[in-house]
Amino acid sequence: MSGLAPAPGAAVVYVDPARRARVRGRARRDALVGMASLLGFVLVLSLLATSSPGWPAVQETFFNGQEFISTFPGLLEAFWLNVRIFLIAEPLILAIGLLVALARTLRSPLFLPIRMVSTLYVDVFRGVPTILVIFLLGFGVPALQLQGVPTDAVFWGTAALVLSYGAYVAEVFRAGIDSVHPSQRMAARSLGLSMLQTNRHVVLPQAVRNVVPPLLNDFISLQKDTALVAVLGPIEVLRRAQIDASSSFNYTPYVGAALIFISLTIPMTRFADWIQSRSRSRRRAGGTS
Amino acid sequence: MTSTVLDVRGVWKSFDDQPVLRGIDLDVEAHQAVVLIGASGSGKSTLLRCINGLETVDAGEIILDGEVDVTSFDTDLDIVRRRIGIVFQSYNLFPHMTVLDNIALAPRKVLGRSRAESADQAEALLGRFGLESKSGEYPDRLSGGQAQRVAIIRALAMEPEVMLFDEITSALDPLLVGEVLDAVRELKAGGLTIVMATHEMSFARDVADQVCFLDNGVVLEQGPPAQIFGEPKQPKTQQFLSRLPH
Repeated sequence: MSGLAPAPGAAVVYVDPARRARVRGRARRDALVGMASLLGFVLVLSLLATSSPGWPAVQETFFNGQEFISTFPGLLEAFWLNVRIFLIAEPLILAIGLLVALARTLRSPLFLPIRMVSTLYVDVFRGVPTILVIFLLGFGVPALQLQGVPTDAVFWGTAALVLSYGAYVAEVFRAGIDSVHPSQRMAARSLGLSMLQTNRHVVLPQAVRNVVPPLLNDFISLQKDTALVAVLGPIEVLRRAQIDASSSFNYTPYVGAALIFISLTIPMTRFADWIQSRSRSRRRAGGTS
Repeated sequence: MTSTVLDVRGVWKSFDDQPVLRGIDLDVEAHQAVVLIGASGSGKSTLLRCINGLETVDAGEIILDGEVDVTSFDTDLDIVRRRIGIVFQSYNLFPHMTVLDNIALAPRKVLGRSRAESADQAEALLGRFGLESKSGEYPDRLSGGQAQRVAIIRALAMEPEVMLFDEITSALDPLLVGEVLDAVRELKAGGLTIVMATHEMSFARDVADQVCFLDNGVVLEQGPPAQIFGEPKQPKTQQFLSRLPH
């Protein structure tokens, strides 16, 4: 082996070929074992499911191919409403979350009311289940019959999602602001930057970077929770599935709706994981104090 | 003719009932380098932070240029800090900005300089300290010595009247201490007024005009380096110096 080794001190990467072969061999074996184990697991699970006494009935009710083909296009069409709700809600949530988080960091006694309102907002909307907020706003506000106030269910459903998620995202941003080391603030102030300039140019950019992974998590959650608006009646994907299911007494449309959500959330989840691992490795490489 | 740039009188400061400064007096003349020595916890860092207004004092006053009292409740600290620069042990560079932006941020935002003007100034300063090739790098690509020199340049870009150095070489690999101290030496030669807390005694002997030995929150002994290092009067100073490695 060592006969092949370069001279000591040579500017090359050198790995003993025998060691490399061993390492590669082990990696191949690990991949094979993993594959086999996975196959066995899936086999056992499907055997368990299909051999259960109720399987034929379940298969007929939930996995009916005919039913799937006839309802799926309608579900996709209805899902467009979920997408629109999400696209409108998300930027508003980010804006509210950031504003509320910033309001909670204000120190001056002049801003006491703003600080208190922000704290109250977060306490209330984090404490009430999202579906309740949707009910209360969606049925309550239109019932007031106020002039000029929209009565549209989609409007109030989206507003409820924005308020509910805004409170969570505000806390995420606040955690991000807290995660910036105090020495950064001190360094900025020592250069003569004002409190505002310090926040704007030094603290916030770092805070936002730190919270991108948890924010993406909340996005994924919001994508699913657009289905909650169904309780107010608008025909989005879950409502569509409900209607289809109740007209045919077959639950396959629910499975179709689930597939639609998954096809959107899984790529998003992988993306969030990727961002997270990237920022982690970058931080490791950085080692800033 | 010398003039007093910093006049520290009877400054007291405690943290949670733990007294750290107990009536500190200190005079800093223009273009002088005053070096603070003393054991860890003797109050060196706290004193520097009080001078810059990063810590509020409990009693006493710190007069800048015979006109502004840093410790007064009526003083605008943002303005004081433009005139007094400080560099920390842990560099505290902004990790999300390039070296150039780290340096140019405060001149642009605080002094209202244009982007081009502040960038030119930053490039010139980087060149003066042999770092011109680093202007586009992010701080995580710098060695400790380079990072600390960038931190010095960042403070320098505000063109302060006084520079405070708070143990700026203590976090560095021994091989990198020299390049940072050389930067300080060059500033001193350029006539900048410097107050520096350090454990580098040979450097203090070399560069300091005045050496102050801090012990338990007071200046126990002060004088030119030859006197402090050669024939210290106080037993505690002798003890401290004899314990240092040579």
